Amino acid sequence: MIYFDNSATTRTEASVLDTYRAVNEQYFGNPSSLHQLGERSRQLLDQSRKQIAELMGVNKEEIVFTSGGTEGDNFAIKGTAMAKKGYGRHMITSITEHPAVLKSMEQLESIGWDVTYLSVDKKGKINLNELKTAIRKDTVLVSLMAVNNETGSLQPLKEVSEVLEDHPSIHFHVDAVQALGKVDLDLNESRIDMAVFSGHKFHAPKGTGFMYVRKGRKLSPLLSGGGQESGLRNGTENVPGNVALAKALRLLLKNKKATNDRLSSMKQSLLNYFSELEKVTVFSPEESAPHIISFGIKNSRGEVLVHALEKEGIYISTTSACSSRKNKSVHSIKEMGHSKEQAASAVRISLSNMNTKDEVEIFKKTFNKVYERLKAIE
Amino acid sequence: MSETIYLDHAATTPMHPEVIEVMYETMKKHFGNASSIHQLGRESRGIIEEARRTFAESIHARSQEIIITSGGTESDNIAILKSVEKLKGNHIITTAIEHPAVLEPLKYLSEQGYDITYLPVNEKGQVTLEQIKNAVRQETVLVSIMYGNNEIGSLMPIQEIGQYLKEVDPKIIFHTDAVQAYGTEDIDVKASEIDLLSVSAHKINGPKGIGFLYKSDNITLNPLIRGGEQEKNMRAGTENLPAIAGFKKAVELRKDNKEELKATNLYFKKLLLSKLKENHVDFSINGSIEGSLAHIISLHLTGVPSSKLLIHLDLANIAVSTGSACSAGTVGPSHVLTALHGEDDPAIGETLRISFGIGVKEEDIMKTVDKIKQAVVFLKNKKV
Repeated sequence: MIYFDNSATTRTEASVLDTYRAVNEQYFGNPSSLHQLGERSRQLLDQSRKQIAELMGVNKEEIVFTSGGTEGDNFAIKGTAMAKKGYGRHMITSITEHPAVLKSMEQLESIGWDVTYLSVDKKGKINLNELKTAIRKDTVLVSLMAVNNETGSLQPLKEVSEVLEDHPSIHFHVDAVQALGKVDLDLNESRIDMAVFSGHKFHAPKGTGFMYVRKGRKLSPLLSGGGQESGLRNGTENVPGNVALAKALRLLLKNKKATNDRLSSMKQSLLNYFSELEKVTVFSPEESAPHIISFGIKNSRGEVLVHALEKEGIYISTTSACSSRKNKSVHSIKEMGHSKEQAASAVRISLSNMNTKDEVEIFKKTFNKVYERLKAIE
Repeated sequence: MSETIYLDHAATTPMHPEVIEVMYETMKKHFGNASSIHQLGRESRGIIEEARRTFAESIHARSQEIIITSGGTESDNIAILKSVEKLKGNHIITTAIEHPAVLEPLKYLSEQGYDITYLPVNEKGQVTLEQIKNAVRQETVLVSIMYGNNEIGSLMPIQEIGQYLKEVDPKIIFHTDAVQAYGTEDIDVKASEIDLLSVSAHKINGPKGIGFLYKSDNITLNPLIRGGEQEKNMRAGTENLPAIAGFKKAVELRKDNKEELKATNLYFKKLLLSKLKENHVDFSINGSIEGSLAHIISLHLTGVPSSKLLIHLDLANIAVSTGSACSAGTVGPSHVLTALHGEDDPAIGETLRISFGIGVKEEDIMKTVDKIKQAVVFLKNKKV
């Protein structure tokens, strides 16, 4: 089996799995309990938080554990809305965000908020002038993704940070789910106030995630209750999940440079290969994350290609897994200026450090066969 | 650590070894995203739908009425905040002894202009049907009453309330936080006319970070966490497959040994009480044994500060609690005991919650009684 669908989810790293198991066996206490078992869990949880904070270069008070990326995005957006509704009711985002952001925005619109959706260019990037024009006196949040989950395109976060320097009261939220470990995110230096991460995208267990919330930024909790996570995220802490999450993050960032070089070279090898195939169009812009390639065979629907490769034991996806069960068009690709037909042909390869160059070579051989069959479709 | 006597199963429970095994295997073998259209995704989807059936059957619901969440707190938040949004009427009825995961969202709603009636409880820690009858108004949109209390174990007359509400005004939504009762009580959401019911896995030897919310087909609910189309648009986010599979295992295991566990817990509870009496430890029960959850007992140990008693027991490797675990960092007076006894009652600072579960042995109870006695004698002498 060749698994090239790592942007949908990743296989949990074996040693991370062992950690998850060991913590469950040895540290099952509720961190809010006052006895030793609770205290040990509390300490372990704090250690994980500290480790994550150090790896991310921020303070441990700025790390909030969540159940994943979707919760994080919902929390950042609606938590800002609730905390800042007295200051204004306008938010800015882009048209190619993840559904977790877009649907949260839609919900706010339904209760009277104003949302500006910035367009993107051929590279998938927003236009900074459009952003500047969109900022109003009552803008409370700018929400942009670091790496697009469908195409790997990058938003100019540094330039956006500079624009927002003049607007200190606006919250800047970044959905960084696809970016972690792949592109540089300087949380401390940039103007980013909130960044959202998901564990299962980097070989940690599903149902885990964390969020960076800059000190001093006010957010209302999405889930309220027992006072956990400094009152920002309530509910008994998933200690085993969070410890495993910290470990996975350490592993991810340990060989970051080498891993990304390897991913880039595998990606480049695939791009070179595709460039020789007449009916293949690559949708990922040249400047994009090292692990994602979006492409399509002319006139062949994406799911046909997915299933054809699946028969050969190769797993890729049509678009983001979140909406790929419904027959919706691949929105990011259309917004980047491609036709509806092209968008319908799009599939995505997404790599991780578990993939090898051998797999890339096997993929090419297999793809040759499938391509010969599918390219004939008019 | 292995020798720790764990009597705090109401706070959280150790995962059953078979549950850990299932999760481990699931993470290794089935890592596909359940929304992916390829084979790996379809396998994951199949596991989730099977688990959903198991969850549904456990409360006599239909599969499509189960929304999988990240746990009890999320389930309660959705139930409270998202059921009333589009309803006409601004009155909600609850009890004074609910879990913070219910009380906090209600506090938010009260700030938004909702009128909340907090029913007081009787000496058994229960509300009565009469109280509900008197509290229901034309404007009542939601009644949220916990199934069994987490600090004193009192069971509420859920079926009576559900059937009454159905009769008097079927539009009123009936929610129950069943986090402590699930897996110990026979819950039938249809017979009890329950519209919303919250459950958490880690209280029944399942994994942390997973739970479900039952939502009757008869009511509509808005999603709290939005994004992808998972859980039929009711709860976005990549499904936590290994935890779902582990939770399913925990439900199956509990189904097989529920009656036995309940009988054992009750036996331990009675043994504990009789041995304390035998040893002349001065105590009274907060609430009552009748009409309470078998696995929870709350004791007022007269004249013994619970914070100090807890330390003594902890040093003897006995893990118990003063109240609920959910007051992270801030050990304020328990709102449950305050509701039961009134403010400034000595019981508030002199209460021990002991909660039983799998793995507890008779000798653990004997040792615990022994240590409680020693500590009580020590602490009382010290005071004099």
